[in-house]
Amino acid sequence: MNFELLLQLVINGLIIGTLYGVVGMCFVLIYKASQIVNFAQGEFLLIGAWVCWWILTQFHLPFYAGFLLTLLFMMVFGILLQVLVLRPMIGEPIISVIMVTIGLSIFFQAIMNWMFGVFVQPFPPIFETKSVDIFGLNVQPAYLMSLVISIIIMGGFAWFFKYSRMGLAMRATAFNQQVAQSLGISIKQVFAASWAISAMVSALAGVVVGMVNGVSSALSFFGIKVFPAVILGGLDSVIGAVVGGLIIGVLENVAEYVDGQWLNVGNLYTIAPFYVLVIILMIRPYGLFGTEEIERV
Amino acid sequence: MSEAAAKTEPAENAETAENLLTVNNIEVVYDEVILVLRGVSLDVPKGALVTLLGANGAGKSTTLKAISGLLKTEDGEVTRGDVIFKGNKINHLAPEAIVRRGIFQVMEGRRIVEDMTVIENLRLGAYTRKDKGVKDDMEMVFTYFPRLKERTGLAGYLSGGEQQMLAIGRALMARPVMMLLDEPSMGLSPLLVGEVFEIIRRLNRDLGITMLLVEQNARMALKAADYGYIMESGKIVLDGTAQELSDNEDVKEFYLGGGGEERKSFKNLKSYKRRKRWI
Repeated sequence: MNFELLLQLVINGLIIGTLYGVVGMCFVLIYKASQIVNFAQGEFLLIGAWVCWWILTQFHLPFYAGFLLTLLFMMVFGILLQVLVLRPMIGEPIISVIMVTIGLSIFFQAIMNWMFGVFVQPFPPIFETKSVDIFGLNVQPAYLMSLVISIIIMGGFAWFFKYSRMGLAMRATAFNQQVAQSLGISIKQVFAASWAISAMVSALAGVVVGMVNGVSSALSFFGIKVFPAVILGGLDSVIGAVVGGLIIGVLENVAEYVDGQWLNVGNLYTIAPFYVLVIILMIRPYGLFGTEEIERV
Repeated sequence: MSEAAAKTEPAENAETAENLLTVNNIEVVYDEVILVLRGVSLDVPKGALVTLLGANGAGKSTTLKAISGLLKTEDGEVTRGDVIFKGNKINHLAPEAIVRRGIFQVMEGRRIVEDMTVIENLRLGAYTRKDKGVKDDMEMVFTYFPRLKERTGLAGYLSGGEQQMLAIGRALMARPVMMLLDEPSMGLSPLLVGEVFEIIRRLNRDLGITMLLVEQNARMALKAADYGYIMESGKIVLDGTAQELSDNEDVKEFYLGGGGEERKSFKNLKSYKRRKRWI
């Protein structure tokens, strides 16, 4: 048993897990507001990472400026996507809308490959050191940054849903669209806002992952990995997405450890989350935190 | 607007000028085929408490939804006639635009957001407002409904009466000019029904909020209201002051639980065919 390696992997898992959690929250945000399962979530990461990479390499801007421009772009992108593609679909069966998101996913993949090529492009170096030493463990600075940003985003989401006007409106829309409309909430605005936030925050995760692994179409696979996380947590629970993300992140890395030490299968890392997904769906179909209706007694 | 005005007689035009809300011979169709309202007209003067009575399925809730625009969320459509609020046609506006103009519907079955707290529900009521008075208004709501102040848990765990109070309180937070109340007495104990109606009456009197109240509980509604309309299968069949309606033998028989004759419907009584004012 190599405890140091295990510990290192668990820490890595937690950090990656927070990223899963953040992307999972974006996923849940859209699902809660409009019951749409967004299969193009992974492409949001991809687009965000490519746009940020492009801005940084083309214009040689400082990182934070490029990053902010990327977020701005993604906000506009999210709103336009909702207004132009998904708004006309309001009133259509949800399954049609989900099909559209699958189409969007393929479309964006292709567009990105066409525009930026199929090879992995490294991000311009942002941090000087390759890794920092925390309590004897090696952590990449990009991951450290991602951890801090993820925690800020999670706090931001908590605040947003609890105190902001739009956050309350989103929860009301998630509860019942007709009730929301009776309160003067424009559900079109709520939908547009949920897509914009989802696109922005996903892009942020895309940039972080891109900084570590380089930018390539493999990034959109991250969106698929988020599925087990959100389904584990319960599709309609924001907290569930975070917890699910952490569990999947740690599980992946522990699977890699077990694999590397004893089993030597070689790809347990990738498939372990999906095994868990199957088991969870058998035991708790609505996920760990999925809501059951409040019954008054 | 001009078309409708041209059709109306001058005398009635003058009458509508004082009305906050005029529903002008509306016809409502659901799913493009089902005709639910067959020419409903009613007037609600400013500051009045008007009630709309009738049996299940008469079209009372549909009338309210036609006014608040919520009909559009249920695949319903006003195919003829106008809803005029403060002199402007509002039937083509989206529900949220109608809320911003000051009409707030408290839907049937309370419909509070169950997974939110009382405070969050109240803040949601003030969604359309951007002024600073929201905190003060919340205190004002608590003076009318003191028991809501003690409830800190999720609104889904409140009792039925408390949920109804929260639904009305939430409506107050929007500072509406006019409130549409859909069966506030539904599922409440007789004692609570009295309490809720007392509060509705007070809100109407103290705050000057114009009310249109849909009820099954005709006795309580007529006690609280100034004026009443009675609906039957998508039409208004009788109207009058609350006193007139309470004294009416047929109303007593059908809605207030008196009499015992074999008459089944107002439709059979020629005297209650409402004059067709808008044709």
